[in-house]
Order: sequence, then structure tokens, then C-alpha cells
Amino acid sequence: MSGQLRKSTQPKVHEHTEEIESEPVVQSELSADLESVLDAIDNVLEENAEEFVRSYVQKGGQ
Amino acid sequence: MAVVKVCGIETEYGISVSGADIDPITASSLLVSAYSDASWSRIPFDLSKERPFSDARGVNLDDLRDPEIDYRSLNTVLVNGARYYVDHAHPEYSSPECTSVLQAVAFDLAGDEILRESVLKANHRLPDDVSISVYKNNSDGKGNSYGCHENYLVDRNTPFSYLASCITTHFVTRQVFCGAGKVGNETTHGDFDLFGFQLSQRADFFEEEIGLETTIHRPIVNTRDEPHCDSEKYRRLHVIVGDANISQFATFLKLGTTALILSMIEHGAFPDALFIAHPVSAIKQISRDPTLSTQVLMHDGRRLSALEIQESLIYSVRSFINEYECTALPADEIALIIESWEATINTLRHSPEKLYDRIDWIAKQRLIQAFALRHQLTNGDHRLKAIDLQYHALDTRRSIANRAGLMELVSAEAIRNAVTHPPHDTRAYFRGRVLQKWPNTVVSANWDSMVFDLPNRPLVRIEMNEPLRGTRRLTETLIDTSNTVEELLAQLASNSCSTDSLGL
Repeated sequence: MSGQLRKSTQPKVHEHTEEIESEPVVQSELSADLESVLDAIDNVLEENAEEFVRSYVQKGGQ
Repeated sequence: MAVVKVCGIETEYGISVSGADIDPITASSLLVSAYSDASWSRIPFDLSKERPFSDARGVNLDDLRDPEIDYRSLNTVLVNGARYYVDHAHPEYSSPECTSVLQAVAFDLAGDEILRESVLKANHRLPDDVSISVYKNNSDGKGNSYGCHENYLVDRNTPFSYLASCITTHFVTRQVFCGAGKVGNETTHGDFDLFGFQLSQRADFFEEEIGLETTIHRPIVNTRDEPHCDSEKYRRLHVIVGDANISQFATFLKLGTTALILSMIEHGAFPDALFIAHPVSAIKQISRDPTLSTQVLMHDGRRLSALEIQESLIYSVRSFINEYECTALPADEIALIIESWEATINTLRHSPEKLYDRIDWIAKQRLIQAFALRHQLTNGDHRLKAIDLQYHALDTRRSIANRAGLMELVSAEAIRNAVTHPPHDTRAYFRGRVLQKWPNTVVSANWDSMVFDLPNRPLVRIEMNEPLRGTRRLTETLIDTSNTVEELLAQLASNSCSTDSLGL
């Protein structure tokens, strides 16, 4: 099974004392990326958010 | 005793129906039955050996109260070795037993795929304007919670009270990286608001340090003593305190760090001074401070932040791994867990925003803050709670997590494979393969047994008390060379081989 796992995309960690390295993108590119994610959220978010939130009621489980 | 950390995740999914007044038990049943079209998945799960009221502290409440299991509900076993059923008005998927954390992540994601397929098939049967939606979260925001439970095989010889005291420290603080994030606050009494943001979906619901309950007065350490295997050798630690993660990295780190700390506890190597004085209030206090700066009182009088406690745990696990030959998980996986864990805690301390691609609460908070800024929304706006809920939607067209840029650790191919093939290294292999090959002969199956109906014979129960037997290595040839279950059982009995020596 482990052979079927994609090793190349394992967590990008460096030496154990270091922090996780963020993608080398400039601030404007990061913003553009986030802007497109927000556009996507605008498209998929429930139109009547209040009704959606209100009607999402679950029976308690474990 | 060094116990391999056989592990798995059971998830109760949130479920809602639009366009019709269908109760959640019926809707959940529709999902399980829609998926069960194939003959192999009509095999019932055998409930006769379930003991949810047996307490690790030495009491058995089975005789004193009615089991909370709904015997009318649908219970099936799948060819990947998993259990798929209706529990407490939710569809629930319990992954098969795994010996690797990355593998457990793949089988957890396979559960999401199975739910997606169930929804597709069930909605196809419903009128056009009626549809079922499923969410991988743990709260409706109104005081109702449902679980994502982890299970770990642990050494029976480790005193349970010691194990519980030690692991509580991790359970209270690990939410800094495996919290799924939540808009608002709630209580089990039904009080709730939509203000603020916290790390964890579940922290609001924990009222006791230790106990047997799972649906009320939830305890941080659950004492259910139901090993589903050799109870002389093992316990199954049933962990109810965690959030369901969408991020693969978060699931990986949640399982990996917990498995390694449990192994450290089994070796008696847990640090002496790392106990939180008031775990129930601390778990909420930490959850409600996304700045991660809050400090909690320790038994020895110190006040430490969750990050400081996690740093001490990392230091201790590193020392433990250096001192002992730890075989709890594959060696390369142990190294990856510790590296990822340390890098994550370091990054949380200095620049947590960088972790938006691997920690659910950070990914969710980033989108909520940016969305609020774009639309000039104030704290408490319903649209922010809607993003929180829709982050967890399994429908890829509606999922917001799908658009959050989360890192993938497991390939789509590995996930698809995990839907229809069992893991190789545990008894789940035998369960899944036999079910796939002889679906009409298997009457029922459980984690530790299978029952066969053969012509002109009483029902035959095969016990599978050892999670690390029944593996591909031990049983593949046996299954491949048997044309019938009679032949399989004959081979098990022949050559003076008992089922035990053949690996069951």
C-alpha cells in the first residue's frame, strides 16, 4: 500500500529546527491567488446564507 | 511490550436533506442502502460481540443498561475491510485496520469517496427537487456534535490510568495543528453564538476528564474497553476528542503524533512534569485563542502555552526514539512524523499563516477573514458561518476546502484503490478478500470474526483475534487457491495447520 502513496508530495519540511518554507511568491501574486479563491467562494456559497446556517441542524451523535 | 500502532478512523458525517421532510435516520439509511447495491456490500456487520459499555477502569455496564446501538439500522462490511452503517442518525464509516499512518489517511479519504458515491446513487433515486448533502465536520453550531474517532492498538500491560493521564496532555494541546476551526461558540445545553473563531469543532463539547460516555458529558479520555481482538494482550484506545480533518496533512499529523506518544507511554517514558492541572477548562481555553498565546496551569504550578507543551512533547518523543528501538510505525514514517511535527510547531510560533495549505483551522480562518474584508462583513455575519459549514461539504462542487489550496499527501489513485482493496498488513486483508470472493457465503462479519453459511453444516465462525495476522503475506495464496469457502476452511484445517498458525 505504501508504494501507492505519492512520495513526491510529502510534507515539504527542512531540517527539524527550521520552519516550514512557504512558496516563494511575491505578495501581489499571493493576493491574486487569494482573490481567485474568494471569487470561487462567491460563486459556490449558499445564496441564502442565513437560511442555510439556520437550517443546518443535526441530531447529536457520539 | 512494543505494540505496532494499528490504527484507523471512524467518522460520523453530518447529513441534511433539501426539498423534503426526511428524517436523518431515514436519509442515512438511504445512503448506506444505495451504496449496498453490489451484493458484496449487503453483508451485515455482526453486532453480537460489540461491548460499548465495557469500561477500561474495570466495570461492565453492559448488564445494567440497554446498548445504545440501534439494531434496526443498516450495518454493512465493505470489501476494503471497512464498516459502513447508520449510527445516531448519521452515516458512519469506520476505516479498516492500518499499520501505517499514511495508509490510514488513504482509507479515511476512501470513506469520503464512498459517501460521495452513496449520495450520488441515493439522490438519483429521489425526486429531482430533493437531495441529500453530507458534511465531514463535527458540529451544527447549535450545540449538537457528532464524532470523528481514532483507534489505536495499545499494550494491555500499560496501566490504563497512567496512559489516560499522560495522553490527556496531548489531547488538550494537539488542536493547535489538528483543530478543524469553527466560527462561534456553543454548549451542550444548546446555547450558541456566531461570534469569534476557535481552533476546534469539538472542544466546546467536553465536560469530563475521563469516562465511558460518548454522547453526553463527553470525556477527554474515553474508557470504552472493547478491544475487538485478544483482550489479554491489547487494548483499543478509542479517542473521541478529535475533529474530523479535511486536510490530509492534519489527519497524518494527528494520527502520527498520537501513535508515537502512545508508544512512549507504553515504554514508561512520558515526561514526569507534563500534566495539565485542569484539562476540561484548558481544552476550551486553548481552542478559543487563535493567537495561541494563552497559557494553562500545569500540575507543578507552571503556566505553559499549548505550543510550549507541544515542544516538550516533541523533545520527549525525540529522546524516546533515540533511546528505544520504536517499531510502533514504519521507520521512515516515524522520521517524517517527527520532522513535520517540529516544523509545524515552529511555524505556528512564528508565522502560522504559512500553514494555510496544511492546517484546517488556518485555511478556514484565512478565507473567512479575506471574505469578510472583501464584503465588509462584521463579526457574527451568517455568511461567515456558512463558509465554516461549507468548508466541510463533501460535494466537490460546493466544498470550500477544495478551493483552499490544501496539500495532498495521498494520490487520487491510492484513494480509489483504497475504496475497493483492503490494506495488506492486517486482518482487514482476509476480511476484505474473502468478502469479495465469496459474498454469498459470508453471513456476517465483525472486526474479529467472520461467519460462514455452508450447505448442510451449522454456521461456521472464524475468529480473527490478532490484528496483525490474516495479512496478504499469510493468506493471499490460501484465498487464491481455494475455489470455495469449503476449500478455504479445509486448507485452514489441513496440513496440521490450525487457523492460528495460518495467521488468523
